[in-house]
Parts: sequence; C-alpha cells; structure tokens
Amino acid sequence: MVEFFTNTYLGMFLVIVAQILALLVPLLVALAFLMYADRKIWAAVMMRRGPNVVGAFGLLQSFADFIKYMVKEVVFPAGADRAVFLLAPMISLVMALVAWAVIPFNDGWVISDINVAILYVFAVSSLEVYGVIMGGWASNSKYPFLGSLRSAAQMISYEVSIGLIIIGVIISTGSMNFGSIVQAQDGNYGLFSWYWLPHFPMLFLFFISALAETNRPPFDLPEAESELVAGYQVEYSSTPFLLFMIGELVAVVLMCALVSLMFFGGWLSPIPGLPDGILWMVLKMLFVFFMFSMVKAITPRYRYDQLMRLGWKVFLPMSLFWVVFVAFAAKFEWFWGAFARWG
Amino acid sequence: MTIVALAFYLFAICAIAGGLFTVISRNPVHSVLWLILAFLSSAGLFVLLGAEFVAMLLVIVYVGAVAVLFLFVVMMLDVDFAGLKAEMAKYMPLALLIGLVLLMQFAIAFGAWETSQGADAARAAVTPEGIENTAALGLLLYDQYFLIFQLSGLILLVAMIGAIVLTLRHRADVKRQDVLAQMYRDPAKAMQLKDVKPGQGL
Amino acid sequence: MIQADLNIILPEIVLSVFAMSALVGTVYTAKDRAAGLLTWVTAGVLALVALWIGLTGEGVNVAFGGMFHDDAFARFAKVTILLSAAVVLVMSQDYMARRGMLRFEYPVLVTLSAVGMMMMVSAGDLIALYMGLELQSLALYVVASLRRDSMKSTEAGLKYFILGALSSGLLLYGASLIYGFAGTTLFSGIIGAAGDGQAPLGLLFGLVFMIAGLAFKVSAVPFHMWTPDVYEGSPTPVTAFFATAPKVAAMALFARVMHDAFGGVSNDWGQIVSLLAVLSMFLGAIAAIGQTNIKRLMAFSSIAHMGYAMIGLAAGTALGVEAMLIYMAIYVTMNIGTFAFIMSMEKDGKPVTDISALNMYAKREPGRALAMLVLMFSLAGVPPMLGFFAKLGVWRAALDADMVWLVVASAVASAIGAFYYLRIVYYMYFGEEGETLETGRAPVLWVCLMGSAAVMVLGIINLFGIEGAAAAAAATLVN
Repeated sequence: MVEFFTNTYLGMFLVIVAQILALLVPLLVALAFLMYADRKIWAAVMMRRGPNVVGAFGLLQSFADFIKYMVKEVVFPAGADRAVFLLAPMISLVMALVAWAVIPFNDGWVISDINVAILYVFAVSSLEVYGVIMGGWASNSKYPFLGSLRSAAQMISYEVSIGLIIIGVIISTGSMNFGSIVQAQDGNYGLFSWYWLPHFPMLFLFFISALAETNRPPFDLPEAESELVAGYQVEYSSTPFLLFMIGELVAVVLMCALVSLMFFGGWLSPIPGLPDGILWMVLKMLFVFFMFSMVKAITPRYRYDQLMRLGWKVFLPMSLFWVVFVAFAAKFEWFWGAFARWG
Repeated sequence: MTIVALAFYLFAICAIAGGLFTVISRNPVHSVLWLILAFLSSAGLFVLLGAEFVAMLLVIVYVGAVAVLFLFVVMMLDVDFAGLKAEMAKYMPLALLIGLVLLMQFAIAFGAWETSQGADAARAAVTPEGIENTAALGLLLYDQYFLIFQLSGLILLVAMIGAIVLTLRHRADVKRQDVLAQMYRDPAKAMQLKDVKPGQGL
Repeated sequence: MIQADLNIILPEIVLSVFAMSALVGTVYTAKDRAAGLLTWVTAGVLALVALWIGLTGEGVNVAFGGMFHDDAFARFAKVTILLSAAVVLVMSQDYMARRGMLRFEYPVLVTLSAVGMMMMVSAGDLIALYMGLELQSLALYVVASLRRDSMKSTEAGLKYFILGALSSGLLLYGASLIYGFAGTTLFSGIIGAAGDGQAPLGLLFGLVFMIAGLAFKVSAVPFHMWTPDVYEGSPTPVTAFFATAPKVAAMALFARVMHDAFGGVSNDWGQIVSLLAVLSMFLGAIAAIGQTNIKRLMAFSSIAHMGYAMIGLAAGTALGVEAMLIYMAIYVTMNIGTFAFIMSMEKDGKPVTDISALNMYAKREPGRALAMLVLMFSLAGVPPMLGFFAKLGVWRAALDADMVWLVVASAVASAIGAFYYLRIVYYMYFGEEGETLETGRAPVLWVCLMGSAAVMVLGIINLFGIEGAAAAAAATLVN
C-alpha cells in the first residue's frame, strides 16, 4: 500500500492532490471567517455592530455573500475582450493560491520544500499584477483601464522594496528556504531570537509595503470608489468579481504568513520551553491579520502621489541602505552575531 | 515517458507556441501576453535543468517587471500596428529570401558542426559538492566573474543616467508637496481664531 | 589574488569612481550650473589618467584569470582614447554652454564611455569584450541625442541605438558560436582551440558574425549606414567625440580579438578584413563627393579612414598593427583639429555646417584657413603632411605581407577622396564671394585647430616618438 503512494505516478499524484486539498480547503473556509472578522473589527473600531443577521452573530455572512455572487448574472461590457476578461480574475486567484505551495505551517509541513522558496513566493506574487492589468484592459472602458494602470504601478513600486527587505532576511539566514529561515530564528531567548528584533525597522517597512502590494487600506486606490470611481474591477460582476475578491484576500493572508515566517519565527514558540507547532504559526498569522484590519479601520486613504513618493523616495532608499547594513553586520558579526545566522 | 520528459515537452511546446503567437497575433496586447507565456515556459525549462535560481529571476525580472512595462507601452501608445504590418508586408519577399539564405547557411554550418577537443570538458560546469546552485552561482559571480559583474552594474548605471537625461524635465508650473514643510508648520501661526459677532463681519 | 587584480585595473576603477562621485556630488549641489566646471575637471582627470597609464605602465599584466590584459598595446590605445576624450571635452564646453545643452551628465557619460573603451582594448574574454562594448555604446547613444528637443538629434540617437543593438546581436551570436566551438570564452582558450591554418566551419561562422558586429562599431562598409545620419544629427562636439575615441577603441578591439583569439587563422579573417577595407575606402571616397554638409562629409571621411586603418589589420603582421596604431593616432589628431574648425563655424550665433559658407574664408581669416588647408591636405594624404606618412605606414605593411592589390586599390581610392578635401580648400581660397561666417570666439578651439595643424607639419620629423611605442605595442599583440 505504501509503495503505491511512493513508487507509482498515480499514487504520487494522489498524494500531492491530497496535500493540496488539505491546505486549500481549510484555507478557503478560514477565509470566509477572516472576511467576517475583518468586517467585525472594522465595525468595532467605528462603534458599529457589523454583520449580525445571517447565522449566530452573523457568522454565516460570508457564505451568504458567496452564494449571492455565484447566482448573479455575469455581465460582459460591450467590446470587451472576453478571453482576457475572464482570464484576469482567474490569474488573480490562481497566482495567489499557488504561492501557498511553498509555505510551511510546521517543521516539514509543506507541499513543496524547494531551495528558492522565498524567491518563488516573490516571483508568483509579482505575477498577480497581471490580473489587474488584464482585467482593466479587457473591460474596454476608460475608468477600469486608468484604474488598472494606477494599481499596477502601485504594486510594482512596492514590490521593489519588498524584494530588498527579503534580501536582508536572506543574507541573515544564508538560505532562501522557509524551513531554514525559521530554523535560523530558533534561539535560547524565545521571541527575542526572532528576526523582528534585529530587522526591526524592516518589519514595519515590510508590513506597510504588504498593505500597498495587496491594495489594502490606506493604499486601496484600486477600489477608491468615492473619489476614483473604483479601479480595474468596475466592470466586473458575479463570479469573476468574486474571484478577484478572494484572490485579494488570499494574497493578504499570504502576506500574513510571510510576516510570521520571516519576522516572527513561524511555528517556533515565543517562550523557551513550550513546544513549537502549527498553533503558533496560526496565532501569529491571525495577529498579523488583526493588524491589517486595524490599519484598515484607523487610517485615511493615501493620495496617489503620496503613495508613489513614499514607495520610491522613502522605502526604496531605506530598504536599500538596510541591505548594505545587514551585509556588513552579517559579515563582521556586529551585535553579537544577531545578523549572521548561517550554519 | 517519465514525468520529467513530460514536463519538458509541455514547457517546450508552450514556449514555442508562445513565441509563435507573439509574432502572428493580431492584437499587440495579446502578443505581449503570449510572450509572457513563452517567458514562463522557459522558466519552467530552467527548473528542469536544475537552475531554479535563474528560473525564479527570469520570472521576477522578465515577467514581473519587463513584460509589465511592455504591456504599459503597448496599451497606452496608440501605435497603428496594422499600418506597420502593411509597411512590413512590402519588404516581406526580400526578408523571406534573406531568411532562407541564412537558414541554408546555418544548415551547412550546423550540419558540419564540430567542437574542438576538450571543449566539452571546458564547458562542463560542475557544481561544487554540497553547495546548492544558488550559492554556487554566487561564488562564480563574485569571484571569477567579479569584473564582469561590476561592469554590468556600470552599464545599468549608464542606462539609468541616460533615461533621466533624455526624459527628465523640471517643470516650474507643477505644484509639489513638501512633506517636511508641512510637518514643521506651526499650527499656531497658520490659523487664527476670530470671534465674529453677528451682523458685523470682520 | 583579488588585491593584485584590482591593482591592475586601478585606472579604470579610479575613472569609474570619479564618474560616480561627480554624478552624485553634482546632483545634490549645483546641478547644471556646475556643468562647465565639471567638464574641465573631467578633462583634467582623463588627461592625468592618460599620463599615469602612459608613464608608469610596463610589462604585461593579466588580471581576473585572463579576462583583462594590461599590455603595451592596451596602454597605447588607452592613452590615445583618454587624451582625445579630454581634448574633445575641453572643446565642447564653450560650444555646448552657449547653446544651452551643456548638462552635467555629459562629462560623466563621456567618462563612463571612456571606461568602457578601456575595458574594450584590454579585453581578454568574449564576455568582457561585450561588456566593455555595451558600456561604451550605451553612453554614446545617450550623448548622441543629448539635444533632445531637436528632431535630428533624437533621430541620430535612436538610429544609433537600434542599429547598435542589432550589431550587438550579431556580435553576441558570433560569440555564442565561438563558445560553442571552443568551450570557453577566454581568448587564450579560443586561440588554442582554433589551431593553426584553416579554421573549422563552425568557428568560421562565429568569426564572420563577430567581424560583422565589430565592423559596425568601426563603421566599415557595408555596416556603415548609421554613420552619416548620426554624425549629422548629433551635436557637433558629440560628433567630434564619435569620430575620435570610440573609433580608436573599436579598431584596437578589432585588432585584439583578431590577433589574441584568432591569431592562428589569420588567413581566414585577413580576406574578410581586406574586403571590408577596400569597400570602406571606395565608398567613403565616392559617397563624400556629393555632400554639402561638412558633418556628413566628415562621416564619409571617417569611413574611408577606417578602411585605410584596416589595411594594417588585414596584413596580419606586427608591422601592420604598428601601422594601424600610428594611423589611428594621426587620424584622431587630424579629426580633432578639423572638428575644432567645424565647431567654430557659425553665423548669428547659430552653427553652420554647409560647406558653401566657407567661400573666400581665407580672405578674412588667413590663419585659420591655412590651418584648415594643412589639415585637409593631411586628411587627403598629400605628401608633406603627416597624413601621408600614416598611409605610407599601412602601405608598407601591406606590401610586406604581399598584398599589392590592396595598396593599389587604396592609392586609387585616396586619389578619388582627395577631390572633396581639396574642394573645401578651393572654396576657402578661390570660392565666390558670398555670405560670411562670423569670426570664431572660443580660444580653445583656436588652440586645438592650430595645434593639430602644427602637429601635421612638425610631426613628419620623427612622429613625436610614438613610433617606438606603437612598435612595442604591436609586438606584445602579435607574436
């Protein structure tokens, strides 16, 4: 029986499918409740009550929304490029989902344990921009097109600083594998061994860049419906729109996972002595997601030129300097070798 | 057929189809999208070769950045591609003839292709034992090819200077936000509270 | 190991660091207001580095596992490149400042392209060769369209860029074929793999593509199409730069690749190079006759001169390389003087490039006209001037290699070419009275013009001793 799964192609294929399902099903179900949590937190900050009608405490609100999206009619704008119009939301969702292939939730709990995992995530998330551009272009309409250019420029701008911050972490670790990155944060001091302490300023830069990269407030210019008539998804309705929305949220959760893995020690326990495990990973991701929601609730939206200025004139030089600094700190073992966790 | 062979043929066919449709596609935006498919498939081929670092860089740099710029340009420039194509069609017979001659010459060259003795040995890049290929690449770039690596940096610098020299114009009629000025503004001086009596005004 | 290597490329490092610090320093301080000063400082630095290389360098030093060669040949070329770049910078300052196109990036770009040229002439590896070539070319594309509001200037830049990219493609394809054959990109490895006598077919293909790419850079016929347009469209100081330093670098690179990497199969490339040489000489001589724009005329003149210089290369001997180096040095000097004159041609403050404007120039400016006469005679190769001895050198080398037909062809071509040089002289001395040019104001241009003319006359005594340096340079390359 075991041989069937390790030696035959069909068996190996089934194992991989099972792994993927084991990851995606809980992820997508969790997504429904994360969406709910997002709205509840937002409401609480504004002293509203939030969704509270569907199910107990409104817990089933996301599912109701889901069904509503599914049963509506798909509308194609006149003159739209149908193939690209439909391809765009699919790319948006699929690119967000495939990145999870290399995200570990516990030691070895990962679908594909590759050497260049972090680079893979970065590469795949840089492809998400195509969903935006293609969607805006294929709608054959001015507002979505302008909106797509705007948000594509935004995503690319912040990708640069995200990349540089990632390089800092890679230099500290000497590996691009998430397992090694988490192992490198394993130390005697519990949560003080994690990268958030040595890479402290970059934690904030990464968090803010992640907000911009995933089009979350205060950088949600793509959906600035009040002043910019929303963005690339204006012409979308029904399931394609739903795909865009899920894709966006999956990307947000992915960023939560990245922050937990890179700066908060992944599945490591914060207190020495307590066992490590998936629970810690989930808790950390939830914490980061909570921060995402809080930012959404308490910050006003940025203007576009401010957004670009922040990305290119503040974050880029800072993260670039940080790469140089980390390189020196790691090479010469400054700060008791806090930056050099090789070997 | 093994999985690797299957993957190879999949990627290879996708790459060729992508390249082909890039050329023959009528809509320039579709051309760029096909080009992206070709890039992605070549990245897949690199993975099969065991060069995963190069594959990821290909995706990040070419697909994630360069092709996006292509798309921007193609979408925003109102280039009359039909007109360009008609212009090209005029020279097509000559181009085909030259292409045919070149092809035949290459057929001769590659038909009689031989490598010098020891070429294969010299070419064989052996990844050092116990080092993953990213690290091996780094060792090569920063050691043996240090000079060339730095030179490519200089080339990129020149490209950047060039882009700025040729495009940057300082416009005086644009309002710019001076963030520091805003932050260091003294609220007490910026605003005045007046008690306006009804019917009197200021 | 790295320390010793870095010591060998120290001049290049110094120049790159200078360029980068000048760039950053000026951006954050005076910007274009400091452009004039920066131009002079850059010229000074280039000249100093040239002196440093010329006076202190000795022996053959190889760095980075054979990728970089610092030998007498490279040093000769580098000194020529750097000095001509410095002189051109000095000449451009006044001209460009008065027309409001002197940007502080200009000297920086010229410096970086000089670094690229230094890498080219020192290259010992196909990749290093390509990198140097791109660094040089990219900077040149930008300075070609420096006057970005002018249609002609941007056209020049764009044409140069697109055709340059094409030629880079050819060169790279050739390089990849060569690598495919030899299994290495190092010149030392290729020459071993190529063997002696007959080159194998695959290598020959690579060689032809390489030569096509290089011929584009030296603007040899049939890869010359870009030259007249680029020369005409670019700002005149930039044209002066194009006509001098990059040509030296490209010719030197050409010689280095042919001798260092393909020295064993010199028969094979000798034929190709002599064909290129003959075509260039004739096309340069004939096509220039109809030109009325002096910048276009100089473009065809440079095409023809590259043809003469390539005779030395085609000979495939040490004598040939020596003659080629001397030819290039003399050619650069003549061109600097001529372009100093062209830059001073102006009317109502606007540059004039029509040669009919030179009518009866000798009456008003006898001194300048005389200097121009000397330069034109020299460019045409009329005997008492230095230009004749440059031609004599390459002829001697060709005769030495039993290439009599090449000598005969080039003698015919130079007789045809003499027509248009002498026509300029005719206009200056015997032309009809017409509209007059202003008297030039810039003393720098006067000095360059007179200096260059003086060299053409005085140089015939002993060539200022560069003969020995060139012979030593050639000896290190050909053995």
